[in-house]
Amino acid sequence: MSGQLYFEDISQGQEVTTLTQHCDSQRLVYWAAGSGDFYQIHYDKDFAQRTGLPDRIVHGALKHALLGRMLHEWVGAQGSVKRVACQYRGMDMVDKDVICKGAITGKRSENGENLVDLEIWTETPDGQKTTPGTATVALPSRS
Amino acid sequence: MAQPKASVITDKMRAEIGVESEPVTFEVDNTACRMFARAVGYTDPIYFDEQYAKSKGYRGIPAPVGFLGHVVYNPNEPQRLGGYVRTDTPFKRLLNGGTDIEYFESVCAGDVLTATSKLIDLSEREGRLGPMLVTVTESTYRNQDGKLVARARGTGIQY
Repeated sequence: MSGQLYFEDISQGQEVTTLTQHCDSQRLVYWAAGSGDFYQIHYDKDFAQRTGLPDRIVHGALKHALLGRMLHEWVGAQGSVKRVACQYRGMDMVDKDVICKGAITGKRSENGENLVDLEIWTETPDGQKTTPGTATVALPSRS
Repeated sequence: MAQPKASVITDKMRAEIGVESEPVTFEVDNTACRMFARAVGYTDPIYFDEQYAKSKGYRGIPAPVGFLGHVVYNPNEPQRLGGYVRTDTPFKRLLNGGTDIEYFESVCAGDVLTATSKLIDLSEREGRLGPMLVTVTESTYRNQDGKLVARARGTGIQY
């Protein structure tokens, strides 16, 4: 994390700092324990293949949480994440990077808060958007 | 004109829309917040060091985005699936279709959340995997002080 981001300093179209997380099987096991989702398609290759998948897949909710981490790290200590919404449109396979990205779509002030609306998504290493979504964060003001 | 396909959505399923579930309890504690943060790859000390988190104005270690506690697991009781309402359908398989979490108050270690869930939408789609039933469930989380802390909407795809 580098410095504090302020509401006055950002504008529509500006991009969020990209977050890249490699998701190997150990990462998916950490997630199973951390989230309480023990569905075997995420850590048991034989089980995953018996259900017709080519291999283990990254949990959708882990991609949601990674998008949340990207925003947390971007807004800085005085910012906060208000909403994260995403859809799991495509599968991400084990042992690949999940690349989280975002761009500002609007700014507004509501109930004393400086809110920033964003388009967010994850990409596979070959550039496929698998997890499109939207988010809202609050930023501090310089004034 | 093609004959409209028979719907798998029955009146009984439609009648379940909007019906609130029994409340389910979720515990948020230090270890669970740390484990969740570790799984997501966080390095921010607020998620690992309680004193540091307090020095930054948090009541305790905060719950990272996406973490709303764990359902209390007890093998002697029927399994409680927090945040998810199972409708009786002809489909066998389930995929997670999406997550939408909106926060109204901070959630920190030590909090005990109570959530009620309800089905808010049912629709049918023809996908790559054949006919699919898309359900949207909304869960409302309140903390030990009765404050609304989060609203989560989950999309389930049954096929």
